[in-house]
Amino acid sequence: MSETFVFSDEVTGFARRVSEGVRRGARFGGLFAAREQSATRLLAVLEDGATISTDSVLIPDSLPQYPALSLEIPAAAWYEREIHDIFGIEAIGLRRLDPLVLPVVTGSSRPQSGSGTNTGPIEIDLSPLSTHLRGEGVFTIPYGPVRSGVFESIEYLVETPGEDILHLRTRVFHKHRGIEARFEGMGPVDGVLLAERYEGVASVAHAIAFCSAVEQLAGVEIPASAGLSRVLHAELERIANHLESVIRHTEAAGQAVAYARFTLHKERVQRLRAALSGSRFGRGVVVPGGVSMPPGLSTSEMFSSIDEIEAGVRADLRLLMATPSFGDRLRGTGIVSPEVARRFGALGPVGRGSGQMADARIDRPYAAYGTLGLRAIEHRLQGDALARQRARMEEMEVSFHIIRQAIDRMEQLHGRELLSAVPIDPNLSGHSIGWAEAPQGEVLYVVQLNEGRLTRVKPRSASFHNLAMFQAAFPKDVLTDFAFIEASFGVSIAGVAG
Amino acid sequence: MPWIPRGLSEGVLTSRYPRRADGYGPAFRASISVIAPAEASTHIEGSAEGCPTGAITILDDQPQIDRGKCILCGRCTELRPDVFRFDPGFETAGLLREALVVPQIAENDEALRLARAELGRRARALRKSVHIRHIDVGSDGSEEWEVAALTNPVYDVHRLGIFFTASPRHADLLLATGVGAAGMLDALKQTYQAMPEPKIVIAAGVDAISGGLLGRGYASQGGLATTVPVDVFVPGSPPSPFGLLYGILLALGQLSTADRNPRYRSWEPSDKYPGVADPGPRSEEFGDEGRT
Repeated sequence: MSETFVFSDEVTGFARRVSEGVRRGARFGGLFAAREQSATRLLAVLEDGATISTDSVLIPDSLPQYPALSLEIPAAAWYEREIHDIFGIEAIGLRRLDPLVLPVVTGSSRPQSGSGTNTGPIEIDLSPLSTHLRGEGVFTIPYGPVRSGVFESIEYLVETPGEDILHLRTRVFHKHRGIEARFEGMGPVDGVLLAERYEGVASVAHAIAFCSAVEQLAGVEIPASAGLSRVLHAELERIANHLESVIRHTEAAGQAVAYARFTLHKERVQRLRAALSGSRFGRGVVVPGGVSMPPGLSTSEMFSSIDEIEAGVRADLRLLMATPSFGDRLRGTGIVSPEVARRFGALGPVGRGSGQMADARIDRPYAAYGTLGLRAIEHRLQGDALARQRARMEEMEVSFHIIRQAIDRMEQLHGRELLSAVPIDPNLSGHSIGWAEAPQGEVLYVVQLNEGRLTRVKPRSASFHNLAMFQAAFPKDVLTDFAFIEASFGVSIAGVAG
Repeated sequence: MPWIPRGLSEGVLTSRYPRRADGYGPAFRASISVIAPAEASTHIEGSAEGCPTGAITILDDQPQIDRGKCILCGRCTELRPDVFRFDPGFETAGLLREALVVPQIAENDEALRLARAELGRRARALRKSVHIRHIDVGSDGSEEWEVAALTNPVYDVHRLGIFFTASPRHADLLLATGVGAAGMLDALKQTYQAMPEPKIVIAAGVDAISGGLLGRGYASQGGLATTVPVDVFVPGSPPSPFGLLYGILLALGQLSTADRNPRYRSWEPSDKYPGVADPGPRSEEFGDEGRT
């Protein structure tokens, strides 16, 4: 590169501080942006156990560039590409600034989230991107964007000489909905409904993370029973998602009876959630200031449903893990080494299969998690699809355990506490960060309010963070492993594409 | 081998819907109905604290709710429980976009008859084996769970001769979800074009019908009907598996028994069914069949 770039002291200082933080052992939580007057604010989030810290800098419109953090922090690359798509600000030094979520035509307007103004027509260029063909006899197999089954749309380009997966590229922009822009101008009461639809299979976690941000800003403490209720719905969501991951594995392995059994268990969980909330996805329960309704079943009905579901799931999982034609497909498949997982700051069960134990419920307890006996799961280092699956299985056990505790506590509080949500100041201003541990891993919400209206909301799903690492999960795998590795990552594409 | 007894351990769990009513459907909140007149008030229709998707209009004291926009958040039922009510019943799909607006004021019987006749011609050619191609055009991910649930042992659509196929070349019916994300519109067109005639399109969920809460935006078209000709609209955010199944059977004209049974006509003015509608016979667990 012959060009030399001159950044202001503020910008270089920001990049240096973030890099140093990560070098000292903090986990990179994300890099976000929001429009301000004739500038764009970059906000980096670093997490270190119980503490979450932020650092920010203004990038002036006169020089819309900054030194790429991803040179040292590989986890930052997708964030830098996303910020380039939405704001047009360049990370200098990033090897590949390809479009990630929005491939706009050069010279077109960009969404400029947070500006609160219409930026003009945004032209999108869908012509296929280049492929990285390497070597003789190598060809590219596109998977998607219309997948061969009932899946969300995403495109994978697999480069292969025939059987081995040499290189993988992921294109997530197909189903980008521009949902962040829709938050702007809404009040928090509507905002939570949209948060539930950012990553629809993790509606409860997203609603909790969004509401926590609003509640922190308002200085509001939610009622204890509301916290317990949030735990109940969030853990049922975790069980449903982990069962979905098991279902995807059994489908890939052609285990027809196991597939039928686990889809049945999942249906039971979804029906229990509908009986508790009126929605099979727990929507409408979590609202700013608490929850909107008490569980729709009695304590004994809840206990008997939980008992029945747990007994069925446990027996079938035991049999599944003892089925050699299943376990053999997962063992040693799609290894994410602990080193890769650490460098990418892997989240959720994907991280916990590779020694990254970050769990927002334990590190920075929210809702009622601090008062329940939530134990950390086993430290695993194998990093293969089997380790990720075992992590999910153990998490389900823990979930059943804390659901029972939460129901017990709610029963004790019954009648002693009003369940209605705490009112939130209708003219709230300021910004804050909320979080929750979704089934896929930690969800972050950066929320900015001005006189009761949302001016910028940036959700960060664990799916987004983890999928950046997906191409590193094929060290020695072949085409037939692909479905297992994809299922073991368990990401929701809606939460990646935004 | 140990899986065989496991698979048989719980007996038959499969619903007999549509041959018989299923207890689960009516136990589930699936739509909002207007139960009384109300004066126009921006508090409900459009203000920031009112209906978040603008699904409600009030003209001459007659409120109407557009189920093609309603995300079932229930705010209107909290603000005005005297006017709006959650109703059970999953048979909310319709053949005409206008028919999702309830209660109906304009007569569109003739339009409905024409749509039904035209769709019937196509559906007859498909006879008793129907292959579905699903496509995600910008969903939130929950719709895919509900579509996939149709193959679980409870709904088991295979018993009705309905199958999912990977290739659009083999598909008779396109089941599309999502708001119409700009990056998926070409894929939607190509998938539709690749399907052989006769073909049927279902827009599954309010996102696919109107864009839902997201509506129109820089990357969202606000529904799919401007890209492909939609034959059946299935409301819901997301639509429940029974709601989807009803929509599929409606498209295929396989609801002759249901048409005669007033219980299925949940889009009728609900004052026919005072109070919460009869939830029908309940089983031990799934539908009216229970374990055998």
